[in-house]
Amino acid sequence: MANLSLQNLQKSYGSAHVIKGVDIEIADGEFTVFVGPSGCGKSTLLRMIAGLEDISGGDLYIGDRQVNEVQPKERGIAMVFQSYAIFPHMTVRENIGFGLTIEGVKKDEWNERVNEAARILQMEHLLDRRPSQLSGGQRQRVAIGRAIVRKPAVFLFDEPLSNLDAALRMDMRMEIGKLHKQLDATMIYVTHDQVEAMTLADKIVVLKDGKVMQIGAPMELYHKPANLFVARFIGSPAMNLLDVTVAESTATGHIVQNGSLDPVEIATDTQAKPGDKLILGIRPQYLDPSHDPSAGKLHGTVSITERLGTETILDLTLTDGSKLVAALPEDAIFKPEETVSLTFDPARAHLFQPEDA
Amino acid sequence: MASKLTQSNSAGWAFALPGFGLIALFIVVPFFFAFGLSLTNQRLVSPNPTEFVGLANYKNLLGVGMITLEPERNDAGEILRGQDGEIQYPRVRNYTRKNPDYPHLDGMREWFRWSSGDNAKVVLAKDVVFVKALKNTLTFVVIVAPLQASLALLLALLINQKLRGINVFRTIYFMPVVISIVVVSLLWRFIYSGDNGLLNNILGALTFGLFEPVDWLGQPSTALGAIIAMSIWQAVGFHMVIWLSGLQTISPVLYEAARIEGSSAWQTFKYVTWPGLRNTAVLILIVITMQAFAIFAQIDVMTSGGPLDSTQTLVFQAVERGYGKQDISGGSVISVILFLIVLSISLIQRWLTREKN
Repeated sequence: MANLSLQNLQKSYGSAHVIKGVDIEIADGEFTVFVGPSGCGKSTLLRMIAGLEDISGGDLYIGDRQVNEVQPKERGIAMVFQSYAIFPHMTVRENIGFGLTIEGVKKDEWNERVNEAARILQMEHLLDRRPSQLSGGQRQRVAIGRAIVRKPAVFLFDEPLSNLDAALRMDMRMEIGKLHKQLDATMIYVTHDQVEAMTLADKIVVLKDGKVMQIGAPMELYHKPANLFVARFIGSPAMNLLDVTVAESTATGHIVQNGSLDPVEIATDTQAKPGDKLILGIRPQYLDPSHDPSAGKLHGTVSITERLGTETILDLTLTDGSKLVAALPEDAIFKPEETVSLTFDPARAHLFQPEDA
Repeated sequence: MASKLTQSNSAGWAFALPGFGLIALFIVVPFFFAFGLSLTNQRLVSPNPTEFVGLANYKNLLGVGMITLEPERNDAGEILRGQDGEIQYPRVRNYTRKNPDYPHLDGMREWFRWSSGDNAKVVLAKDVVFVKALKNTLTFVVIVAPLQASLALLLALLINQKLRGINVFRTIYFMPVVISIVVVSLLWRFIYSGDNGLLNNILGALTFGLFEPVDWLGQPSTALGAIIAMSIWQAVGFHMVIWLSGLQTISPVLYEAARIEGSSAWQTFKYVTWPGLRNTAVLILIVITMQAFAIFAQIDVMTSGGPLDSTQTLVFQAVERGYGKQDISGGSVISVILFLIVLSISLIQRWLTREKN
């Protein structure tokens, strides 16, 4: 097992800078998720850790060893690819044992370790099949088996669930979570799916355009997004973002307002002076709509109601024309075109500088 | 664009007709003609009516026999020897010219002989030129198929790299393929020339004049080898391209997976590349075998089957007899025999390289 340290890591292809100086510390046994939209450099970063991409600048440490120039096999890592990358001409058994075959492990130990990996993944009955006879989920399990059989210090997952259908993805997600607890290994997981990130991670790294936007525990990112990008990216439905104007600054924050929002004081350390434009962020879950048009500070009309049973999603049009989404934890009846007002806890709201986007 | 013309069935057939017609006229009909004519005594131009002769043509071509010659002895029972001390044997023609004791050897000629004690074993053939052509063709195939296939694979592996200027190498290796085989053969006649050929000059320069010039195409011992070397060189680029296309169907992620597992270059070839090339290998082996069996142009341009029939081949003989000697039935017999040989070898190759599952 090992900790990792990425120090000012950079990657460029010619004049194109893909990774622009990334610093991340990953503790031993931690499950870290790199998340971000496509093209943000998360996969490149993972491949740099794996040794599949050269490092253009900065330092990469696995354990206490600087491994910038070290061959993949010497890094003590194993990788699971999005497209499984299992060998079509080998049986499941041969695929799982591939790393051991390469290493030249003796037959007895080879069998023992392959069987153990198969047992952990509950696929002993599939060992003599060929990949063409397996479902997508089973194939990905073979790929994971090939990774765990070598007992690496660090597991790298490159969007391992993207090729699976939704139901299977949820099962596999839970299995990977279980696997992490069982093996207690350091794992780095790349995904563009914030749900996977939230459910699996001990620590999430949000990336955008080759830069780290925020690093933190899932709930930290959810409750205290450092900037507009993270605020938008984490949480479903996405956070509501309203353009507001600072009416007055107080000791702890600002009083803000706009055409559909009555003045409200938000505690923040975002710097602004009266008259400045800011962006107010409120998660749909923290809005409480009322049939009484004057009960809350936000005013608007209902456009669409989506009743999901466990939850009701309201699409609203505010009086200044902007859109808002509210999510209610229970079944609630709001008619389309109904005029409503919404209350919220100012402590749950965030203020962002517009240029944070 | 779906117009009436593109959807009309009869229009489709009308467009296909010229192609079908030409294929039928020049490939399908002659193919069946060859079978029919091989059972007759048809000549290209002849005043006599054609007669059905059954399998006589085949017997005349394929008939082989063997005799053991005992040394000539004088009245005292001593072996007669010539001036150089070589043993004197009775003449073969004593047995093969209307000898009532050896009716099955009638009309045969000596193919080759070897000594066994004082006796000489002589292998006879009804048609010595044909059996020599058969032997040369088989030799050609047995040497060219594996050498050309493996050399082409080696080149394909070399040019399947992302290097600066790799296209220059691809072009150079492929160039001989696009040059007419007749032109190539003419050029190589100069290269192999005995008095001032390029090959002799190079070998002479490399050995500081110690190398004795060889008339490569003028000696029975070197002529076939020279043609084999040139033929491999000429077509290797074509098979290289087929290998290359096979190589590029192998998913790069499989190589990455192998790299992560620490696979060496040889292990990567053995476990990833070669299994991925299985279908390509079958195709290439069959194509090379068929092409090698059909060798004609090189022989026609460079040696015309000589010296001493050392470069006779089946197709050359088929053409020589059919048109040179106006013996259409004789040429047809050789064509049919060649067809049967290639067919059975292809079937055996397919069976040997079948997917074992």
